[in-house]
Amino acid sequence: MGEHVLSWMTFAPLVGMVVIAFLPRERPTLTKVVAAAAAAVPLLLAFQVFATFDRSTAEMQFVERGSWIAPFNIEYFMGIDGLSVTMVLLTALLSFLCIIASWRIDKAVKGYFALFLLLETGMMGVFCALDFFLFYVFWEVMLLPMYFLIGIWGGPRKEYAAIKFFLYTLAGSVLMLLAMLAFYFNVRNPDTGAHTFNMLHMMDQANHSPWLQLSHVRHLIWIALFIGFAIKVPIFPFHTWLPDAHVEAPTAVSVILAGVLLKMGTYGILRISYPMLPDAALWFAYPLAILGMINIIYGALCAMAQSDMKKLVAYSSISHMGYVLLGMSAFTTQGINGAVMQMFNHGTITAMLFLCVGVIYDRAHHRDIDGFGGLGLQMPVYTSVFSLALFAALGLPGLSGFISEALVFLGAFPTYRTITIISALGIVLGAAYVLWMLQRVFLGEKNPKYDSLPDISARELATLVPIAAVVVWVGVQPSPVLDLMRVTLNNLIATVGR
Amino acid sequence: MSENAVLQTALAILLLPIVSYVILFFFGKKLPRRGDWLGTGLLGVAWLLALRIFCHFWSVGDPQLRVHGAWPWLDLGGFRIDAGILVDGMTAVMLVVVTTISFFVHMFSIGYMHGDRRYERYFAFLGFFTFSMLGIVLSSSLFFLYVSWELVGLASYLLIGFFFHKPSAAAANKKAFLTNRVGDFGFFLGILTFFTVCGTLDYFELFAKVHQGAIGGALLTWAGIGLFMGCVGKSAQVPLHIWLPDAMEGPTPVSALIHAATMVAAGVYMVARLLPLFDPGALLVVAYTGAITAFLAATIAVVKTDIKKSLAYSTISQLGYMVMAIGVGGAAYGMFHLTTHAFFKALLFLGAGSVIHSVHSQEMPEMGGLRHKMPITFWTFLIATMAIAGVPLLSGFYSKDAILGAALSFGMLEGHFAPFLLALLAAGFTAFYMFRMVFLTFTGKPRDHHKWEHAHESPWVMAGPLVALAFLSIVSAGWRGPADGWFARFVAPYDMERVVARYGDAPAAQVAAVHETAAAHDVAEASGHGAPETHAAPETHATTDAHATTDAHDAHVEHVHHQAHLIAMFLSIAIAGLGILLSWLTYQKGRISAAAALARFPRVHNVLQNMYYFDEFYAATVYRGVLAWSRASGWFDRVVIDGIVNGCGYLTRFTSWVIGVFDLRGVDGAVNGVAWLMQGAGEGFRRVQTGRVQTYLVFVCFSVVLLIFVFRAL
Repeated sequence: MGEHVLSWMTFAPLVGMVVIAFLPRERPTLTKVVAAAAAAVPLLLAFQVFATFDRSTAEMQFVERGSWIAPFNIEYFMGIDGLSVTMVLLTALLSFLCIIASWRIDKAVKGYFALFLLLETGMMGVFCALDFFLFYVFWEVMLLPMYFLIGIWGGPRKEYAAIKFFLYTLAGSVLMLLAMLAFYFNVRNPDTGAHTFNMLHMMDQANHSPWLQLSHVRHLIWIALFIGFAIKVPIFPFHTWLPDAHVEAPTAVSVILAGVLLKMGTYGILRISYPMLPDAALWFAYPLAILGMINIIYGALCAMAQSDMKKLVAYSSISHMGYVLLGMSAFTTQGINGAVMQMFNHGTITAMLFLCVGVIYDRAHHRDIDGFGGLGLQMPVYTSVFSLALFAALGLPGLSGFISEALVFLGAFPTYRTITIISALGIVLGAAYVLWMLQRVFLGEKNPKYDSLPDISARELATLVPIAAVVVWVGVQPSPVLDLMRVTLNNLIATVGR
Repeated sequence: MSENAVLQTALAILLLPIVSYVILFFFGKKLPRRGDWLGTGLLGVAWLLALRIFCHFWSVGDPQLRVHGAWPWLDLGGFRIDAGILVDGMTAVMLVVVTTISFFVHMFSIGYMHGDRRYERYFAFLGFFTFSMLGIVLSSSLFFLYVSWELVGLASYLLIGFFFHKPSAAAANKKAFLTNRVGDFGFFLGILTFFTVCGTLDYFELFAKVHQGAIGGALLTWAGIGLFMGCVGKSAQVPLHIWLPDAMEGPTPVSALIHAATMVAAGVYMVARLLPLFDPGALLVVAYTGAITAFLAATIAVVKTDIKKSLAYSTISQLGYMVMAIGVGGAAYGMFHLTTHAFFKALLFLGAGSVIHSVHSQEMPEMGGLRHKMPITFWTFLIATMAIAGVPLLSGFYSKDAILGAALSFGMLEGHFAPFLLALLAAGFTAFYMFRMVFLTFTGKPRDHHKWEHAHESPWVMAGPLVALAFLSIVSAGWRGPADGWFARFVAPYDMERVVARYGDAPAAQVAAVHETAAAHDVAEASGHGAPETHAAPETHATTDAHATTDAHDAHVEHVHHQAHLIAMFLSIAIAGLGILLSWLTYQKGRISAAAALARFPRVHNVLQNMYYFDEFYAATVYRGVLAWSRASGWFDRVVIDGIVNGCGYLTRFTSWVIGVFDLRGVDGAVNGVAWLMQGAGEGFRRVQTGRVQTYLVFVCFSVVLLIFVFRAL
């Protein structure tokens, strides 16, 4: 596997999907085991990547390259650097845990796990692809299983949520497609002189045609790409698909949606928009900071108004992704590192939150915040785990979320003083909605209706403890994660920054 | 002790409580006696180690002795944060205070919390609380100060809400955390400002930068006020004091811990520690905030009948003193008061806990006559009361007197007499309400015979700490006043010359603009004095000038200082005596009827009973405002934004339907095909909803290829 680590990570789930297709319908457990095994491959390889990743270079690593569709110079070009490596690790971890968390799925088991594995292939591919066309294909591959996972295994309004998610993302994809083609026809491979989808060539401004160097053209392409990615993040006002999708999606799908899919928006901006259109990135930095601020404050205020736990977590995601935007718009070392680290941390923390909500939903069959009370005495272990996740979400020091938020603020303040001050109100609002929910669900008098609720099971705990360990570990000792990304990101802002 | 030994000892002190936390949290249930001995024992070891460090600093006797160790923690290339530990005289004192109180609280809790269902969890949280507080004390950079600061917030959340099945406790811990977060908002912005301007978070590098004038003017003032906001939240100063009385929902020993050693002391310590970052403008805010807090809280304490609530307001008031002391230039006195107060206030709370444990009530009107039933509790409580009221020869007298003296000399030199007057009045109120508490609780006839019958002295695990703390409340007087005791020398701020020489970028000689406050500190150092001269220092622009000018100035300042302390001493004895006398006449002799006095001023009584309506004010403004904004946002999201999204969907469907209908009806057969096409487009939504999206992928790939050809042709 040595040379094809990324391919294995990407396509092992696909192999699993094919195998599942041939399994007998009557043996659901076998399907689940195969799915877990297929998802375990990327997870194990992720450890290898983490161990062998060279922290001292901004170059692409684990590169695999070969011609794919030769007439259009489309390549199979995979590789990761400090920006994508944390996302790859996150994807591998969450996908595996989500398979475990889906163990109790009993409706169309084969279809569910097959689609889930296809989804993992898509996600992994997006983070590894260095050919724009390949990137786009993976981006679209991801969309389809997501649509079905929400639309078939979702809650009462699943059709509405799924179609909303689909159309929104589709609109974004179309814009991205146009931008991609604009690049293709205006970037030439310096060696052959042919048009190319190679992202690294696209990043080199010397390869751009004169037309592509016109500033209004660049701004236009930037906007097209931005809207495409903004829908995914999601950035206000393109965010309303998110709460609906989350509320209707099954637990594991929510985890993937918030944990990995949202990151693709910001990943896209940093992988594609920033290096390919650095001047446009600077031109748009201030609006981006303002959008980040709106996401933080508006998301937090909306979260406070929710009565459904999942909706609350969904809006908190919007708020937390705002920190990513704020950090990356600042063009400082702390800001960009904080932003990408926040992408990773939000992935783990929000995964915990959704898994925890899933635990209580499986037992009580509702998620109404006001419908509980006093669960702290009834389910002490569950309360501890959920509290850990919630405190991580409100940015408590010692847990990972704090590090990235603090770095974002330290990075953004020198660049945008007023915006950062207003955004910092998010730490108060964040604490408010988190603690308010904590109080209503876990504290206070016991609701006699739930006297027989069992505490968290070993399997559920097994999905949560690894993430909790990461959250605590990164919170206490952030260097291992920051070291992965530092060189690449400093290089990125050095090339893009002012 | 070598430097290394000091660092290792300090690290051990820091880590022992967290070890206790981890073990008790995960394995407490399985340990014999559910691990109470483990938590208490580890804290006992930490206490001994703290004493060892303290003795070392005492015996070396060099106020400039400072041990600083740092380990790389986070490095982004161009930006790094080190995990650092700083031990100096101030730290040594705080280590002793924190571990002493924490140890006795642990011990007391063995009796008090006996039989609680989450007993081991309680001791785990106590360890965590102590750890976080020690983190604040030992940190050497703003970053880790903030980290520990927030962890203290979490610890208080866990302990205040320990009885979380009570809705009042569940509300109180949230309130405490959120109120603190509001303060932390300012604190964080202050840190951000200092970091942005000075480029570092390390204390001494920052001091050097500020001393060199890297930051100044209004920005420095505002940054200082930002930092101070953290103190306002954590040390329960007006207007963010509202969480502290509610925090009484926690178990009583926890109140002792919060009010004496951890949490509330953190704010005072932070401002004293970071004094070089505060300019006179910010310090003026500090002084007034403290004075107002001291006065308002003391007046509220007079009318409270719940013994813990009354003590809570007493704490707020005393914290006001400490904060004011720093503001008027007496940081050393503030720290001295923090220390003495830690002992007698912990004693008062544990004493109150002993009473509550015995009579199962917190209402003083249901007590009375407990003196003979609980002699140890009574006598120790009385000692603490005399200490806090300012009876001479007890520790509280010296520390409070020093603060009043500093406030008066601040007034005489700067013209701001209001802090002194407020603090003096508060001293009278303090004496009054504290003795009221003693009389109502312990003397006279029992008002509730049933409860009195069942009252009993507490077991030795509870009484022992009381006696020990009473002893400390007396002997800590020996540390005495700043001029002659060692406290000033040790807790006195920094020799900025040396700090700059060691941590500054530019050599000290090249420093042209000397920051005013920093210059004043040099003066304070040079004259071997406490720091009241801070504001008296002339506006100098070079270090050498500062010394020359202040030599002459020094005599005058010293004179004023001396005078002020004499006047303040007599006034404070007089007003404390008056307070005690009135209290005695009212509650012991019955010469003055409290009820009648209150009835004469119903409005005043109302205002005091309702604690100046702070809670009501916030409920009407902040809470309501935020909730309204949040609801408005939720509505906007649901109705407007989602409305637009859904509207687009409906509009598309409607348009295609209209066109379809028009086509079908208006244009006939020949164009039926077109109509069918349009309707087909309209049906797109429904079709997609039925799940035929597989085709989409084909379309996408197809159109990509198509577009490639189209673009090529162009």
